[in-house]
Order: sequence, then structure tokens, then C-alpha cells
Amino acid sequence: MQNLDMGRYNRRRRVSSLLMIGSWFAAITGMAILGLILFTLFWRGVGGLNLAVFTESTPPPGAAGGLLNAIYGSVMMTVLGTALGTPLGILAGTWMAEYGRNSRLATVIRFINDILLSAPSIVIGLFVYEVMVVTMGHFSAWAGGCALALLVLPVVVRTTEDMLLLVPDGLREAASALGSPRWMVISRVCYRAAKAGMVTGVLLAVARVTGETAPLLFTALNNQFMSTDMNAPMANLPVVIFQFALSPYPEWQQLAWTAALLITVTVLVLNIVARALSSSRLKKD
Amino acid sequence: MNQVASVASSAAPANSITASALRRHTLWDAVLKHGTRSAAITVLLLLGGVIVTLIEGSWLSLSTFGPGFLTTEKWNPVSEEFGALAPIYGTLLTSLIAMLIGIPISIGIAIFLTELCPPRLKRSISTAIELLAGIPSIIYGIWGLFVLAPFLQAHVQPVMISTFAGVPLLGGLFAGPPYGIGIFTAGIILSIMVLPYITSVTRDVFETVPPTLKESAYALGCTTWEVVRQVVLPFTSTGVIGGIMLGLGRALGETMAVTFVIGNAHRISGSLLAPGTTISASIANEFTEAETELYTSSLISLGLLLFLITFTVLAIARFMLLRLQRKAGR
Repeated sequence: MQNLDMGRYNRRRRVSSLLMIGSWFAAITGMAILGLILFTLFWRGVGGLNLAVFTESTPPPGAAGGLLNAIYGSVMMTVLGTALGTPLGILAGTWMAEYGRNSRLATVIRFINDILLSAPSIVIGLFVYEVMVVTMGHFSAWAGGCALALLVLPVVVRTTEDMLLLVPDGLREAASALGSPRWMVISRVCYRAAKAGMVTGVLLAVARVTGETAPLLFTALNNQFMSTDMNAPMANLPVVIFQFALSPYPEWQQLAWTAALLITVTVLVLNIVARALSSSRLKKD
Repeated sequence: MNQVASVASSAAPANSITASALRRHTLWDAVLKHGTRSAAITVLLLLGGVIVTLIEGSWLSLSTFGPGFLTTEKWNPVSEEFGALAPIYGTLLTSLIAMLIGIPISIGIAIFLTELCPPRLKRSISTAIELLAGIPSIIYGIWGLFVLAPFLQAHVQPVMISTFAGVPLLGGLFAGPPYGIGIFTAGIILSIMVLPYITSVTRDVFETVPPTLKESAYALGCTTWEVVRQVVLPFTSTGVIGGIMLGLGRALGETMAVTFVIGNAHRISGSLLAPGTTISASIANEFTEAETELYTSSLISLGLLLFLITFTVLAIARFMLLRLQRKAGR
């Protein structure tokens, strides 16, 4: 009897430790993949990193060159997308947290926004293509920026609403009791209390669109030359990576790796800054 | 007297200031209220706009091919015959592979983070896993094409082919030459990409399990696995399924990483190692090359299809997570 029970117990413990080893293994795999991707990027990207990357435009096949036009285009379109998406997102998030809150409209918008948040970005690209590129008759950086704005928007709406909901109602009531009108309560009290979180949201949104490729493929397209005309096709890092990595020319492939390194470092830095911001806020609370 | 006079004289202007301030406040209140409300409605209209535009754009192709569009494998730009069966097949199959590999690893990491991890490491490991979600998909694509695909081609796929060669069903799944790129490689890349999404949701819902429940199970003599299997998972099943659906939504719609490694071949092959295509990869690869209206329209129909599929999956995910939140709120 005693032996039988011990055998059963030992088997249970063996099953458990086997699965827990599997769980350790899963965690190590996850970390290893991140390490491997970063290692590969540095290994292949750093070699191509030189001054020309930042001072010259993308070269024709077989020649040396840089990424200046692509970096410029990426920055311009990201700025445009953020400038369009952030105010709209903050306003919409404010309405949902301060005015709508439990209304049916807010529930519907929250649901729709969550869908937009995870919707395939290529579909957003198709939408902007139909609405802007077809109407205007040509590809343009404006269209690219608008596509990115549509990706910034749901992230900002979500974080703004979440952060404003974290502001205690007692604060709002105290401000109202002192005679502040609603707009002052929101702008002077709620926004100030939620500022760090809202900035985090915008940073995460910028990080998200920095590497977006699919929606730019058929809105901003690409441009081999330096162009500052927002009304014309414009080069951008992700599309350059797509085009150059799949080409047979070693110079182009090298530039693709360097561009990949630049994008990844930018995105990871934005992510880490955003995280640091939100955790310092949490500590203060 | 002097004092009274000064109070009286200051009272009159103060009153008029209050009146104008009140007007200003009323105005600002109205501006902010209606401004934010219209911004919120704009979000709603945008999604409506996406659906309407996609239907409008795909009208030509849908009216030309009818429901047969969904069941035809043929994709011929020259004779202008288009069918979505191969991309649909590729999308579903790559996502299935991604889920089969991604779910156990994600849940494993979540178990590790909530049950096993030393507290000091917990935060940094969580962050590292979440950074995986921050890496742009094009980076996964270039990494998959230049690192993962050659590795699989040289070391993994030949072993799979020779191992399963004689086995009746599996032999067909792993047949043909090891191309490196193909459905299988795309599935593996996707499994890495959905990992952080499933892991973070699963970890969050695991942490909602009341400690007393787990402690009672441990006190009864349960092993760690039994606590996870009998207490944690049943308690959080809705949330875990929600997280999995969220990951599935990502996998179905993922574009650039898949475009790099799938090989873009519009045919249905029995073997997992053969090149194929997905809905999103077809659009990304062919949209700018599509010259005729019907070709463009067919690609937009694919987009509409993708949107409907992901919409359904994501709606289910949100619904599941919402139900869990309500349960936790009670």
C-alpha cells in the first residue's frame, strides 16, 4: 500500500517536473530568439554603417550609396502620421473617458477601436489607396502619412482612455467643487495627472508605425532619388528594405541590413523609453 | 468706510468678470464636449469607411466571378481568371502551424513567469518577451529569409523528409525538395511573432487567479503542474482563449514577414515544405504590378476577405476577454 502510493506520487512529481522543465525551456527559447534576431541585425548591419549611409541617396544596382532619402521619407511620414493621428486620438479618448464612459456609443467605439488596433495594416493601406491614391491619381507621401495616421489613431485612443480612467474621480469632484468648469477639470487636472501615460501611448504608437511597411507599399510607394515633395512618391526605410533585401545585388542587400538595424534600434529605444516613462509614473503613485 | 468703498467698487467689476468668464466657460465646455464627441465618431466612421471602400473596390471582381471566387484555385493575370482558394488555404495553414507551435510555447512562458520565475528576473524577462512584439514585421521577414530559411533548408527539412518518407499521411505532408522558403517556414516565423501577444495576455489572466485558490491546491498536495492544470487553467480559460484568438488575428493578417519567406506561388500543394501564398502576401507582392482593373479589384476582394476573417476572429477575442473582465469585476 505504502509503495503503491509512493509510486503514484513519484509519477505525479515526475510529470510535473517534466512539464516545468518544458516551461523553463519555452522561456529560454523566447529569450534566445530575441537575442538571435538582435545579434544577426548587429552582425550584418554594423558593417555597412558609415557616413555615406546618412549623406547619400539610395544607389542604382551595383553602385555604392546611402539611405538619406529613405531616412528623410520615413521621418517625414512618421511625423505627419503622428501629427494627424495624435490630436484626433486624444480627443476621441477624452470623450470616451470623460463624457461617454458608459454610454452605448462609447462601448461601440471602444469595440471598433480595438478591432482597428489589431486590423491587418495592409487592409489600411488598401483603404488609403482607394480613397487617396485613386482620387489624386498618383502615389504620394501625403497618402503614406495618412495611412500611418490611421495606425497611430487606435493606439492613442486606447492609451488616452485607459490613462484618463486611472485618474481618481475624487480629483475631478474636488476640482468641480472648487467651481472649475468641466473643460478646466479635464485640461488642468485630468490631463496633468495622466500626462506620462498619454506620452507613453504616443511613443508606442510612433514605435509601431516606424517599421510599418505594408500600408506604405501602395501609398507612398518608393523613390530612388531624394525628394522633399510631399505630393510625390517618397522613399522610406521599410519599403527600401523590402526592395533591396529581395534583390540579387550584394550592395543593396547590405544597405537593407543597415536600414533594418537603424529601424530596429529606433523602435526598441522608443519602446524602452516609453516603458521607463510609464514605470516611473507607477512608482510615484 | 474706505475699506467698504474699495470692496464695493471692486465688487461691480468682479461681477461683470464673472459673467464674461461664465460665458467663456460655457463656450469652452461646449467646444470640448462636441469636439471630443465628433473625434470619437470619426473613429467609428473610419472603420465604416474601410468596409465600404473595400466592398466598393472589390465589386467588379465579385460580380465577375461570383461565389466561385472563393472556391477557384486558378490565379492567372494573363487570362484574367482569379480565384482566392490558394491564398485562403495558405493563410489558414500558416496560421494553423503558427498556433500549433506558438500556443504551447506561449503558455509555457506564461507559466514560467507566474509560477517558476525568480522575482528578480520576472520584470526583465517579461520586457524581453514584449520587445519581441515591438520588432517590426519586416525585420522578421529579412531575418527569416536570410537566417531561418537557410537553416531550416540545411538542417531541419532534410531530416523531416527522410524521417517521414515512408509514413502514409505524414510522408505526403513533408514531401518534395527542401526549398527553405515555403508554408512551413512562414508558419514558424508567424509562431515567433504571435508569441508575445499570447504570452502577455495569458500571463495577465494567470495573475488574476486568487492566491488562496492556488495555495489551497498546494496544501492538498498538488504538484505545480496539477495546480496549473486543475486550478489556474480552468479559472482563466476564457482569457487564455481570448489571448489565443488575438494572436490568431495577428497571424492571419501578418504581411511582410510572410511575404519574404512564403515563396509566392499561387497553388495548393499537399506538402508543407512547398512554396505557397497567403492573402496578405499576394496583395503585397502583386498590388503595384496589377495593371488591369479586374486584377486590382480581385486583390482588393482578397483584402476584404482578410478583413472579414480577422474581424470575426478579433471580435470573438474581445468578447471572450470582456466576459472575463466582467467575471473578475463581480
